[in-house]
Amino acid sequence: MSRIKDSITSFLFVVPALLMFIVFSVYPFLKVFQLSVFDWDGIARTMKFIGLNNFKNIFTLDNAFWISMRNAGFITFLALTFQNTLAFFLAHIVDSEIRGKNFYRTIFFLPPVLSGIVVGLIWNWIYNSDYGLLNKFLIWLGFSNLARAWLSDPQTALLSVSIIHMWKGFGWGFVIFLAGLQGIPRDLYEAARVDGASETQILTKITIPIMIPIFFLVSILTILGTMQIYDIIVSTTGGGPGFHTEVPITRIIASMLGSSRFGYACAQGIVFGLVLLFISLLQIKLSQNLRSE
Amino acid sequence: MERIICLLVSVFIFIGCARKEQESGIVIWHWMTDREDVFVEFAKKYKQQTGVQVKFELYAPSEIYTQKIRAAAQTNTLPDIYGILGSKRDFASFIKSGHVENLTEQMELDGGKWKNSFFEKVVEANSFKPGNRFGIEPGIYGVGIDMMNIQMLYNKDLFKQAGLDPEKPPRTWTEFIEINRKLKKANIPGLVSGFGEIWLIECLANNFAFNIMGEKKVLDTYRGQVPYTDPDWMNVFELFDIMRKEEIIIKDSITMVNKSAEQLFSNNKAAFAFNGSWCINVYKGMNPSLNYAPMLVPKVSNKYPVRIWGGQGAYIVVNAKSSKKKQAIDFLKWLTAKEQQIILVQKTSNLPSNKEAISMIDPILREFSLGMNYITHPSMWNVEESPEVVEVFSKGIQSILIGEKTPQEVALEVQKIKLQKLKETK
Repeated sequence: MSRIKDSITSFLFVVPALLMFIVFSVYPFLKVFQLSVFDWDGIARTMKFIGLNNFKNIFTLDNAFWISMRNAGFITFLALTFQNTLAFFLAHIVDSEIRGKNFYRTIFFLPPVLSGIVVGLIWNWIYNSDYGLLNKFLIWLGFSNLARAWLSDPQTALLSVSIIHMWKGFGWGFVIFLAGLQGIPRDLYEAARVDGASETQILTKITIPIMIPIFFLVSILTILGTMQIYDIIVSTTGGGPGFHTEVPITRIIASMLGSSRFGYACAQGIVFGLVLLFISLLQIKLSQNLRSE
Repeated sequence: MERIICLLVSVFIFIGCARKEQESGIVIWHWMTDREDVFVEFAKKYKQQTGVQVKFELYAPSEIYTQKIRAAAQTNTLPDIYGILGSKRDFASFIKSGHVENLTEQMELDGGKWKNSFFEKVVEANSFKPGNRFGIEPGIYGVGIDMMNIQMLYNKDLFKQAGLDPEKPPRTWTEFIEINRKLKKANIPGLVSGFGEIWLIECLANNFAFNIMGEKKVLDTYRGQVPYTDPDWMNVFELFDIMRKEEIIIKDSITMVNKSAEQLFSNNKAAFAFNGSWCINVYKGMNPSLNYAPMLVPKVSNKYPVRIWGGQGAYIVVNAKSSKKKQAIDFLKWLTAKEQQIILVQKTSNLPSNKEAISMIDPILREFSLGMNYITHPSMWNVEESPEVVEVFSKGIQSILIGEKTPQEVALEVQKIKLQKLKETK
């Protein structure tokens, strides 16, 4: 009897958190699914049931949505490769016995804590074709033919916003990699050095294999974070020129607020969520396979 | 005992999260950051004069505000007075859902005293006429607090620098091209605007379209009776291609937000800008010595008059479900009275919605007010282009401006989406 009473009391303690979770997470999640099968402007009291039409339109007519997915994929690819390589490289340097490592730690972690809008505005200034730092620097180096309107040129717009995103995001990977590297027992390195292993061998035979779970963690976080890029796009290009820097979130917001198609925006959100889920599951599976090997 | 205390704390937290019932006074939601200070001043003054408390609540930027009022509409938690951002369709949707009070009776009281204090265009923008396409009961539903129009601006000092007469801005397209060539020779950049915000592209293209083919044909296009591949529309697209070839538009402008464009123009970094009358206050803040004047969009054809977008600026509505409707309406009457409108004009440099306050405007605003004779606006038309078509249209023009697509390609793309939308509507 007292056990049941204890259980009820314990449950009562969980109730507030559970209610909050249901109200703020479960209900909106289910509501998105419900709205995705309606034609609704977000204001009207009545909604028109249209079945799976929104999904059909996404797959058959909405070219811009798939372009945005491809753009986000491109930025994610760059982030996974260049951003994470840089993050790992810097973490590896800071992990070794160098002077001022705390200073570097702080500096490298500064960009991630800045607001995306602020970062966008700073880089707008760097990329400006007229008074931008980048063009001035290129001209000073004698490469004036390379100077351009970086964010308005279709050849460079997506790459330019990718660089901003990587600059802002590499600090997260850096911190996680550094934590992982500091968790590797130092005596492993000492033993390897005693056995005559070179620094490259230590890196490839000890550090990297031990760090594989961390690599997967950082990869998943990078994919999920980058695919959902939004604030940097809004503060730099607004998705332009044309559709060159549109990303899924800008498309969803355009449907929701631009053309007042809430139901359609929810359907886009679901499709986007499923794509992210698929990528994450694939990543986990890959990680499990590698670990078992 | 400890457990009971913990449970009580949890319950109190939940109660604390509940919406606080307003005890007294009127609550107003708005997004106008530039008017926040003067609104707060008004609230104090109104309290002193009437004893009624008014609370202005600012939610910015406008995207956040838009989301907030839509969410509040769903949960019936809209304040006593609020503004609606969006198209006439959105305005109609709020009315249909019972969130907006019909103000016709109040406007018509005392021989239409309140209604007649406004400029006609302001009343028109807030009205739904008999037989309107939204099926709204005819009437006046909103209160305009200011007016605006969107024009081209030119920098007089840069004109002088290029050896041009600062009192003679280009009136025709040919003059516009010639002047830009002279400016280019003097290494002075041409036109800047926040074309990253695609509505500004739509606005400029629409100005050209009205001049080239007239209102009827433009609206017939929106009705689906004229294709975007029509030669007149091709002319409109080609104007942007000419601007690209002549390097008139500052390249960064194509993805720039209007705030950045305003910064460039105010820093004498461009000879022309395309901006709304609200810019006066912005430029005053950025560079008080900026020497500029508005000008109409250059005339491309003599067939039809030049039309610019304008009319009502910001407008607010009374919540039909508010228990303080009477108080809210009284406050709006006070807010739009001559005395308050003059203060608003002086502090924010916006064109007043009250006719009697127009005499108090400063010279540059007076020049802007001349443009009111040429205004048109989507909210005044009895047909609306689909937002998806507008997006492809404006993004297509961005592509023309960067030399990625030809006017023909863009016209075909726009027509394709137009047909798709027409099919969906049917």
